[in-house]
Amino acid sequence: MVTVTINVNGEKRTASVPPETTLLRLLRDDFNLTGSKLGCDVGDCGACTVIVDGKAVNSCLMLAAQADGRDVLTIEGLATMDRLHPIQKAFEKYASLQCGFCGPGVIMSAKALLDENPDPTVQEIRDALGGNLCRCTGYVKMIEAIQDAARILRDEPVEINR
Amino acid sequence: MPAATRYLGKPLKRKEDPRLIQGLAHYVDDIVLPGLHHAAILRSPYAHAQIRSVDVSKAQSAPGVVLVLTGADLRGSIGAVPCAAQIPDMKAAPRPVLAHDRVRFVGEGVAVVVATDRYAARDAIDLIEVDYEPLTPVVDPEKALEKGSTVLYDGYKDNVAYRWELEGGDLKAAFKKADKVIKQRLVNQRLIPVAMETRGVVAEYKPGERQLTLWSSTQIPHLLRTQIASMLDVPEHSVRVITPEVGGGFGSKLNVYVEEALLGYLAMRLGKPVKWIETRRENMQGTTHGRDQIDDVEVAFKRDGTILGLRIHVIADLGAYYQLLTPLIPTLTGLMASGCYKIPAIRTEIIGVLTNKMSTDAYRGAGRPEATYLVERALDLVAAELKNDPADLRRKNFPKLEDFPYATPTGIIYDSANYPRSLDLALKMSDYKKLRQEQAKARKQGRCVGIGLSTYVEICAMGPSSAMPAGGWESATVRIEPSGMINILTGASPHGQGQETSFAQLGAEILGLEPDDVNVIHGDTSIVPYGIGTFGSRGTAVGGVAAYQSLMKLREKLAALAGFLLGEDPSKLVFADMKIFSKFQPKKSLAFGEVVAAAYSAKTLPPNMEPGLDATSFYEPKNFTFPFGAHVCVVEIDTETGDVRLIKYVAVDDCGNVLNPLLVEGQVHGGIVQAFGQAMLEEAVYDEQGQLITGELMDYAIPRASDMPWMETGRTVTPSPVNPLGVKGVGEAGTIGATPALANAVADALAPFGVRHVDMPFKRERIWKLMQKGSRRAK
Repeated sequence: MVTVTINVNGEKRTASVPPETTLLRLLRDDFNLTGSKLGCDVGDCGACTVIVDGKAVNSCLMLAAQADGRDVLTIEGLATMDRLHPIQKAFEKYASLQCGFCGPGVIMSAKALLDENPDPTVQEIRDALGGNLCRCTGYVKMIEAIQDAARILRDEPVEINR
Repeated sequence: MPAATRYLGKPLKRKEDPRLIQGLAHYVDDIVLPGLHHAAILRSPYAHAQIRSVDVSKAQSAPGVVLVLTGADLRGSIGAVPCAAQIPDMKAAPRPVLAHDRVRFVGEGVAVVVATDRYAARDAIDLIEVDYEPLTPVVDPEKALEKGSTVLYDGYKDNVAYRWELEGGDLKAAFKKADKVIKQRLVNQRLIPVAMETRGVVAEYKPGERQLTLWSSTQIPHLLRTQIASMLDVPEHSVRVITPEVGGGFGSKLNVYVEEALLGYLAMRLGKPVKWIETRRENMQGTTHGRDQIDDVEVAFKRDGTILGLRIHVIADLGAYYQLLTPLIPTLTGLMASGCYKIPAIRTEIIGVLTNKMSTDAYRGAGRPEATYLVERALDLVAAELKNDPADLRRKNFPKLEDFPYATPTGIIYDSANYPRSLDLALKMSDYKKLRQEQAKARKQGRCVGIGLSTYVEICAMGPSSAMPAGGWESATVRIEPSGMINILTGASPHGQGQETSFAQLGAEILGLEPDDVNVIHGDTSIVPYGIGTFGSRGTAVGGVAAYQSLMKLREKLAALAGFLLGEDPSKLVFADMKIFSKFQPKKSLAFGEVVAAAYSAKTLPPNMEPGLDATSFYEPKNFTFPFGAHVCVVEIDTETGDVRLIKYVAVDDCGNVLNPLLVEGQVHGGIVQAFGQAMLEEAVYDEQGQLITGELMDYAIPRASDMPWMETGRTVTPSPVNPLGVKGVGEAGTIGATPALANAVADALAPFGVRHVDMPFKRERIWKLMQKGSRRAK
């Protein structure tokens, strides 16, 4: 067993887990943060995407022990008690999700993108979502929502432009 | 649908979204029960083999393992997977829950382990030793039909599951009258549905209450309950099925799976809750596949472009066993073979073939994309032969407006349509004339540009009970609670389509409330009245109509009560702004809540009125609905590499009246991208040994965000006369309409290379080779 302490969604949490435990399993099984989803367990689908030290990662490909001492942001940590994050709001406004299974991963990839690049082109958004598979939506409304959220985060008036 | 609406037809935000965007929704794998055990299944690595023996002794003594069972252990304990399809002279191909004597596809379950944790269960299956005697695998459906082929089932003389035919009109005369006949073989390749959430089951048995609860990622909770009770031989009322959040289905969860029965059995046997979550590889191997037809088409036509007849021969690869609807799906191809054209005579012959592969079954469109694909390809072949513009040829063969309701020679009646209107809009939106001019210019520059068109009709709102194996109605109960809050309980089982929102819009509209006052409950067989489920684009067009009927019943009761209390004729009452008031004397008014309270306090009710506000409807559709549309797209092929790039996509869809355009757009986008997947990327590949080569998402490519250009969507509205809402359904439009448009564009692009047809998926290698051959020919 290894003892892992991570700063998850602003809170220090510790668990003792078998060394082969992935970050995704740690979050879901030990911390009861089930927002991150297991869609393939081999890094193909991105449903498990979380942000570790500012970078979007597939939490199914990272060992829990590798996250020891690092900052992890999951979908559950994005909204505050009374306020959704602008990306979440935009996803709601555009009805960007359907079944929703890929949603947490997509939103976290979008967050990592906008943190690094506040004014991405459509192509940059598409590339940033390259590791997130969605089977329902065709991605169109996700991309629109991310553009919209980017404008709000930049404090610009919102105007949809394809 | 009411003429002036407050909420219907409006792009309201989805009520599902707050929980989804915050990661708060509960899918099966998010359910944890105290004392939860975990199951793992050992699966056959052989496509076809005899099981000589299974040794589970090592697995049984592994740490954490509480139970190991083989197929032989379960013989007689659990019934086989049910198949609802009935085709005359169809051979049986029932799937046992675990194989006991013979395995017939890679991924078929052979043994199950239950352990105290997931890892122990998974590790223990590696300790099971199975002695297989490999048999010759039957992989290619055409070879499976040859004399001398290995036969999958002892006692059968061949691998033909059934033969089915449908003929309407005088085909002989049509072909005799024809100036020309074109023949073409089209392969509609096998696809894997790939819902992002794999399947999963949690089962819990409470012996005191004799209650088995199954949480399962399914599209059909009630049908599943009935079938599980039958498979386990327990009374139906002792089984409860709950569908929590379901992460996509596309038809692949419209089924009864071995694991659902197996988990129920294990929970009952152990008295412990047990969970099984399908791995992605298991999902690719063992959740139903779609399509997989070889279609030989002959089209007879006149020199002026009039289509006279179609002769279609289908080889449908069914896989090794029947799932719920396996044999039935290809017959929908025959039913829809007329497309949106007036074709006087059509004959479809289908041979269903058994092979050592996973079962095929419903996948978004289910038999209709195959029909549309073959009709639309045939139309383009005729247009190319006659050097007609494909748009003109289509227009020439549309039924006239006065022909509706239009009876096809395949025996169905199209409810309503205006095909020229959707085609005109698509041509206008895409600036079709200019596209053709640009294409001519590009070709002169040596560029390889193609324009593809498809006009489609689909069969939705499944359907009249006479045509549906388990009945085609849908139920809804509406309960107005004493506080005035509304619960709509629907027998439909939405899993991403958004009916929690659109049904709330319906409730708010009819009762004069806010959508937030209306809650939609689905997917729990102990709460919701018996329902059929969500598939075949029926959620709104059948389930929504049931909700509408129940809402109208309660509206009528509330009007009677309010009229009594106000001293007003109930027919003169208006429901709006959370009030019920007189149209002509607005001062005669009661708050909605006051009338509801009166119904429950039951002190001043009109004579003969029962207390309470609860209404149930079972809506039986009198026909299917037939949405339609026109799609136009442009591709450019890199002549050096064969890479097909989609440049432009325009889709005009007509799904009748629309309750929420945001939801409809989403369905259209998603369907088009799945069609793009079939056209460009996807193919379930089995090697000659019957191994699934495309067994992970790294090998089976579904479209990514970077694969599609922007889609432009347009809409025409032709209400359906079939139901009072005038809605038709839209869930499958994209996969039906878009695949042929893309294929037609690629064939059009390759026409200068002498290519008439190319099979999907349009991978670089395939296209490049054709271009090489064509170039050589040109030289």
